[in-house]
Amino acid sequence: MHPSRPAPTRLDLLGAMLRIRAYEEKIVAFHERGPFPHVCTSVGQEATAVGVVSALHPDDQILTNHRSAGHLLARGADPGRLLAEVMGRSTGYCKGRSGTLHISAKELGVILTSTIVGGELSLAPGVALSRSLLGGEGIVVCFFGDGAACEGIFHESLNLASVWNLPVLYVCENNQWQAFVHRKETMVGDHIAPWAASYGMDSLTVDGNDAEAVLEAATRAAAQVRATRRPFLLEAWTYRQRGHMEPHDQSYVDPAEIQTWLAKDPIARLEERLLASGELTREGLEALRADARAAMEAAADFATASPYPDPSELTAGVYA
Amino acid sequence: MSLMTAHEALDQAVAEEMHRDARVLMFGEGVATKRKHLLDAFGPQRVRNTPLAEGIIAGTAAGAAATGLRPVVDLLFAPFLCFAMDEIVNSAGKLRYMSGGQFSFPMVVLTMTGGGWTVGAQHNHNLEAWFVHSPGLKVVMPSTPEDFKGLMKAAIRDENPVLFFMDMALAFVPGEVAEGEVFVPLGQAAIRREGTEVTLISYAKTVHTCLAAAETLAEQGVSAEVIDLRTLKPLDEATILASVRKTGRAVVVHEASRLCGVGAEVTALLSEQAFDALKAPVVRLTGPDAPAPSSYPLEQAFTPQADAIVQAATQLVARSPEVAPIW
Repeated sequence: MHPSRPAPTRLDLLGAMLRIRAYEEKIVAFHERGPFPHVCTSVGQEATAVGVVSALHPDDQILTNHRSAGHLLARGADPGRLLAEVMGRSTGYCKGRSGTLHISAKELGVILTSTIVGGELSLAPGVALSRSLLGGEGIVVCFFGDGAACEGIFHESLNLASVWNLPVLYVCENNQWQAFVHRKETMVGDHIAPWAASYGMDSLTVDGNDAEAVLEAATRAAAQVRATRRPFLLEAWTYRQRGHMEPHDQSYVDPAEIQTWLAKDPIARLEERLLASGELTREGLEALRADARAAMEAAADFATASPYPDPSELTAGVYA
Repeated sequence: MSLMTAHEALDQAVAEEMHRDARVLMFGEGVATKRKHLLDAFGPQRVRNTPLAEGIIAGTAAGAAATGLRPVVDLLFAPFLCFAMDEIVNSAGKLRYMSGGQFSFPMVVLTMTGGGWTVGAQHNHNLEAWFVHSPGLKVVMPSTPEDFKGLMKAAIRDENPVLFFMDMALAFVPGEVAEGEVFVPLGQAAIRREGTEVTLISYAKTVHTCLAAAETLAEQGVSAEVIDLRTLKPLDEATILASVRKTGRAVVVHEASRLCGVGAEVTALLSEQAFDALKAPVVRLTGPDAPAPSSYPLEQAFTPQADAIVQAATQLVARSPEVAPIW
């Protein structure tokens, strides 16, 4: 752990996951009320976001993909500004220019949310090259899914990062689904992590629905990247609990699969652990949930009260 | 003045900029092998060979540019840009705007194109208009060694992604380059020859074809002005309009195919903003809607030639309503 940042407690991890879940639920509620922009939620993948991002230092940088709300919130993003961006308001992180799919937040070290699947993988070596040549201890974390791992750019990215000794922590959230297609239809084998060996890169597979396990694995992986200035691939085995995008549709998914994975819900698992150990009471848990919901209510109020960008600014900022 | 080729001028520009700014670096397929003097001068951190993988080269440049470096990448031949379109168009071109201005992408993508080397369609495809059409990018396509140097220096210092096209036929043709600092701002066309009756508008190697045509036209008593666009985006509309308002006639010449090409844009500009000054329709002489052939006679037939320009300009000046296409 970074000397300036104490390791998060189990309660911290739970609180962060509850905030992400509450944010996504707020998005879903807006959607059901409609009209609302299409969004891709990360419900079910909270442990990966919180576990990995908690292992990072302030000067580390992040590239991510269209299911980025968890990563951004875990990094400390203001949910009001996130929601404002999704709603196209001028108070959003990108002044309403991005929408939900491409949010970046320089102040948090979040370079990119790419909705071109694999776009984050193509930029990651360059961000890490800057870290290598311009100095500093920071590393670069690149979140992508099993879908992106089936693209050529995944292999190009890992190969170059390895050949050039770039400090990239590749984090594959293997959430079983690639848009509307189960990974079993599109990839050989179940796991991405073994592919790293072809590029001379160490890897680790972790239960991505166990926040503590992810934190531990990510801490080890990040420490190795920090020490060696070499890339590392961490695969988190997790599940996308909602459809590819809102409105929610899982009619094409085997109900037994859904039930199996709902039984491994990352938030419920940590809650049970904390209740069993006595670190958390039922009342305490309810209070945490209420806090998360209240924070998202406030965020929603901020976002809906925020102005839209002025149409006169349509072409501002295309060029430097 | 010293005599050098466009290749040498580019290398000199990159070397000078690397001396000036430690954030400038160059990588690509064979960059460290073929530009060994750069490698020797600046070392393997800043001059790098890459895998033959254009997507990751361009993406790495975009990521590096967003976070403090100023990369120049060599993607060799323009058709290979198809492998790098996502990184150049969707990332480098769009992410400044999409991030609300949080990140800039000061990077240069260097690539070769054009007929003359009989390399055929998978190494020769004049794609410049694709990138002109993409927001957030700038596009440069010079015609003289001095401009290769001056525009490369401007491109490296620009805060935006710049596509830098080298017309292959110009690569090893020597030309005079001024001593000392040579800097050509992006977005400024050059008037290569002054004239009063017809304006020949072009870029890259067909500028020289236009100049040859202007010589012939002068011998025939027709005064032609020749404009070298140099930068296709931003386009120097003022120079184009001022010239055609003076001459009243325009022939736009380029090797890229006609449909939605740069010539279409120039022609539309003239119809929108200089209609009253036009004494005749604007004519475009371009390459055909066909892949670039390899066989030398076919390649020459593909490329606008001086006699076609002379014929078009003569007919315009004579106010002939019919101007035959060159193919």
